[in-house]
Amino acid sequence: MSLSLDDVRRIAHLARIEVTDSETEQVLVQMNSIFELIEQMRAVDTAGIEPMSHPLGGSQRLRDDAVTESDNREANMRNAPAREDGLFLVPRVIE
Amino acid sequence: MFGKSIAELGRALAAREISAVELAQQFLDRIERHRQLNAYLDVRPDITLAQAKAADQRIARGEGGPLTGVPVAHKDIFVTRDFASTAGSRMLKGYMSPFDATVVENLADAGMVALGKLNCDEFAMGSSNENSHYGNVLNPWDKSAVPGGSSGGSAAAVAARIAPAATATDTGGSIREPAAFSGITGIKPTYGKASRWGMIAFASSLDQAGIMTRSAEDAALVFNAMLGFDPKDSTSLERPDEDYTRDLNIDMKGLRIGLPKEFFGEGLQTDVAAAVRAALDEYVRMGAELVDISLPNARLGIPVYYVIAPAECSSNLSRFDGVRYGYRAKNYADLTDMIKKSRAEGFGSEPKRRIMIGTYVLSHGYYDAYYLKAQQVRRLIADEFRKAFADCDVIAGPVTTSAAFDFGEKAADPVAMYLSDLYTIPASLAGIPAMSIPCGFGAKNRPVGLQLMANYFDEARLLGVAHRYQQATDWHLRVPAGFA
Repeated sequence: MSLSLDDVRRIAHLARIEVTDSETEQVLVQMNSIFELIEQMRAVDTAGIEPMSHPLGGSQRLRDDAVTESDNREANMRNAPAREDGLFLVPRVIE
Repeated sequence: MFGKSIAELGRALAAREISAVELAQQFLDRIERHRQLNAYLDVRPDITLAQAKAADQRIARGEGGPLTGVPVAHKDIFVTRDFASTAGSRMLKGYMSPFDATVVENLADAGMVALGKLNCDEFAMGSSNENSHYGNVLNPWDKSAVPGGSSGGSAAAVAARIAPAATATDTGGSIREPAAFSGITGIKPTYGKASRWGMIAFASSLDQAGIMTRSAEDAALVFNAMLGFDPKDSTSLERPDEDYTRDLNIDMKGLRIGLPKEFFGEGLQTDVAAAVRAALDEYVRMGAELVDISLPNARLGIPVYYVIAPAECSSNLSRFDGVRYGYRAKNYADLTDMIKKSRAEGFGSEPKRRIMIGTYVLSHGYYDAYYLKAQQVRRLIADEFRKAFADCDVIAGPVTTSAAFDFGEKAADPVAMYLSDLYTIPASLAGIPAMSIPCGFGAKNRPVGLQLMANYFDEARLLGVAHRYQQATDWHLRVPAGFA
């Protein structure tokens, strides 16, 4: 398998990362060599093998649906790049 | 004081031979003298001394424990309320967390005094610490050598004795490899034993916190306070607390040490092989028995890891959008453009590369071929460990193929860098406890580590096996020139 420049541009868009043309070319070379490495894994017969997502299995634990946190708005928002009146500011999305 | 073990420091504090404030000040002065190592990213003496003062009051009240007043530093992957938390990234420059990570909180509850935050590869992605936005960390043994990564600041700080203990994280070897390169002791527990709450996420099914210290005994003492069930982490295991020092004096007679033949094959440098063999001879002298074992699929660890880790990282790092926290680009056309530019400028090249690999392997039509397949091969690797532990009590081998490499040696070639995790990734994929202890020196007098791995939940025995070696040898007591 070999990726193309268009593949890299599409992946970068899906990942929401802007890439320049020279970066696209560099990333293409690097991704192709990484996927060459990854290909080794695909030859293994894994028919009937259950995928492993947690080393010790088990199901995701659920907590009671109860309020556990008090209002911490100021502390939670103090790292926001732009905010006003307790709201996060983003560029206008609805004209 | 800088040469004392954690147990000795704890005793000196309890006996009031030194106060926690005096001890913290001595470490802060020493950190300042060794700024050129670039191990620390954030030091705030007022915070540290206030914690030390509280520890002294606790000791005066007779409420101190074995760790009360003992300093510790934290890898900058753990969020902290009182120090900035950057993950080594421009993305989180100056980020102040509204809460402490559970691991940080547990150690503070035991009375440990935080010295500051330690440099690391960006979002814990790297094997040399060269991926930090805040510059390289120097290896105290040889300043032209990398300290290892991603926990490079933690390893260098312990080696240079500017922290008696440092928290660290291991996703594919980020504790063991820098411990080996920097000549110190580093251990990751069974996946699920250390809380991931407040650990900035990279690959959630692999990320596990651990500790770096000079000795296994010190690590056991810190583990007693650090590990345990945390309801805030959905993958945390509900198990009773245990005493990790209980097997420190375990008898080596009859201990079966498994040697996977795949860890001693092509690619292993002769200097590393010689040091590891000498360590195994020492175990035989102590009465242990060497058993040949095989982990045939371990060689697939790297390809499996470079599907699973990027996939999970692409999901975890999608939260960085320049809206709620983190870096925001200055110039943009609209919302999507703002997010794209913020991520392009805020992330370094390694996280971007991994996010893109992950995005691809999770994209429509490729999920089964890559992510699901990798999870299946991961189980084959884990099953081989389970089978191997029927024939042996611990598994031993090298941590890395070579001793520490030079700055720049692998930086331009991601695949060469990825291959340096060949021997550490299998234990991470299986989720078993694993550690590195110093076992000698290789080419250019750079440290070599011995890797020890144990079955699930066998941390106490693992630490005991390491401790017995450290009682018989003095590699872990060696100090880099200029840091005595």
